[in-house]
Amino acid sequence: MASATPAAPASWRARFAGGGAVRLESLIVLAVLCAAMAMLSNVFLSVSNILNILLATSVFGVLAIGQTFVISSAGIDLSVGSILALAGVVGAMLTSSLDLPWWVCILGCLAAGAATGALNGFLITKGAIPPFIVTLGMLGVARGLALVLSNGVSIYGLPQEVVWLGQGRPFGVPTPVIILLIVALAAHVLLAHTRFGVYAQVIGDNEGAARAMGVRVERMKALLYTLSGLLSGLAGLLFAARINSGEPTAGLNYELTAITATILGGTNLFGGRGSVVGTLIGALIMGVLQNGLNLMAVRPFYQQIAIGAVLILAVWLDRINSREGWRR
Amino acid sequence: MSLLELKDVRKTFGAIEALRGVSFSVEAGSAVALVGDNGAGKSTLMKTITGVYRPDGGEIRFDGASIVGRDPGEIREAGIEMIYQDLALARMRDVASNIFLGRELTRSVFGVKLIDTGRMRNEAEAMVARLGARIPSVTQTTGQLSGGQQQSVAIARALTFNPKLVIMDEPTAALAVREVEHVLDLIRTLKRGGISVILISHRLTDVFSVCDRIVVLRQGAVIADDATRETSMNAVVAHIVGAADATPHAGHQ
Repeated sequence: MASATPAAPASWRARFAGGGAVRLESLIVLAVLCAAMAMLSNVFLSVSNILNILLATSVFGVLAIGQTFVISSAGIDLSVGSILALAGVVGAMLTSSLDLPWWVCILGCLAAGAATGALNGFLITKGAIPPFIVTLGMLGVARGLALVLSNGVSIYGLPQEVVWLGQGRPFGVPTPVIILLIVALAAHVLLAHTRFGVYAQVIGDNEGAARAMGVRVERMKALLYTLSGLLSGLAGLLFAARINSGEPTAGLNYELTAITATILGGTNLFGGRGSVVGTLIGALIMGVLQNGLNLMAVRPFYQQIAIGAVLILAVWLDRINSREGWRR
Repeated sequence: MSLLELKDVRKTFGAIEALRGVSFSVEAGSAVALVGDNGAGKSTLMKTITGVYRPDGGEIRFDGASIVGRDPGEIREAGIEMIYQDLALARMRDVASNIFLGRELTRSVFGVKLIDTGRMRNEAEAMVARLGARIPSVTQTTGQLSGGQQQSVAIARALTFNPKLVIMDEPTAALAVREVEHVLDLIRTLKRGGISVILISHRLTDVFSVCDRIVVLRQGAVIADDATRETSMNAVVAHIVGAADATPHAGHQ
């Protein structure tokens, strides 16, 4: 029998990934990028700059982790940046305008995110509308709602406890970075080692098979978009805490960054395989890229071009990779 | 009492009546063939039994209890396994994950149920060995296996959890002659072990060699249901194409 002779590289690569989908390529890209930036700028490798990169990465890193679950299931969530803004505005209003205690602000952000995500999930499953359309619509709706609620202006002044989540530095490490790492650890276990995560990937691999084998596909999808919404709410909280205000225009184009980080990390755009560790590496690539361009005083307009180009390039490489890698 | 009993099962998709009141039964330890032309409703009927579709009317009883309205997971739990024509495999995952798909073994770590990959691999390996399937390793990505090997994975999955009824949708359509004989032997072994089989197949020689009854479906209705020894290849073909009058040896009645 023609047992599909597994090429040696495939097996050591698989072992390297530990059963996940971390791509060696992403690590190489990150290393090369860091080396290049270190040569171009002498402050790049300073501790404070590295902490800056990690801090900047933490907000869209949290978004990208949610995105990893959704894309693994062959879905997409375009509304994460808008949900981030809506959650931040809701949290700021609860404390600044209504004068409620600090923990209400935190719960408010998370609840606003989770509720919007749940609405996405409801429309996708019960309404049978493609995720692309639902979340594209929600990108507009959530952003608009953030602008309406805030009257289009920033809501300043969050409780100190909340601000600490964005600006605190326990043991010298920015709080958002610690939160990102905790979330990433939990998400990694969830995606790679529980039924929930495996089913998310199986739905992306072969939805019909998942359903036939007893996976409750609709319920899973509703939960996946709720999870992505919840993490967008958390990102909104971190963002608002960092700038000490609810900003209705926060997180503009962050869906682009989050999706790019996810794809760079080796999660298959067409579903079936996902890796939280890979996504962290992808998010770091985006963080280093932005930071490096900033250090070299490249105008932000060009950064948009760079991020968009990287996304297209990453998907293109993924296509080439899947053509040679998978026999279906 | 029959193991599986269908009474007047109906299913419509919009204006299309896919099943117009299907009734038949399967005894324990017997093999029933379900034959019919493309579009006769065979796959719809099977997906209705396995819970992928919900019937619009009628009753399905398995092992003495109604299974209408249960989801695919609950119906597998009750003891009905199906080997789908497209095999229903997650091709980016390894063989062990596919064999345990929907029934993953878990262990509790700090109150969190984690998938026990090691135990799943060991048990999958034992199952594959028991079936004599030629699969290089249960850690291999399923999509990298040959068609025959992928089918072995689907079969192993159906048999791992002690089913009472196994439904096979065209299990021999894509196989070489030697592999076909392997599948037919497997059906005989299952029957000896008291496990019932519903075999959907276009290959009437296979059907005649292993099945005890032959049910012919045409345009969503049962038009013949005969013991194999009381019917003939010609009669079955005539029923399938709808020319029953032309066959003097029609086995029923």
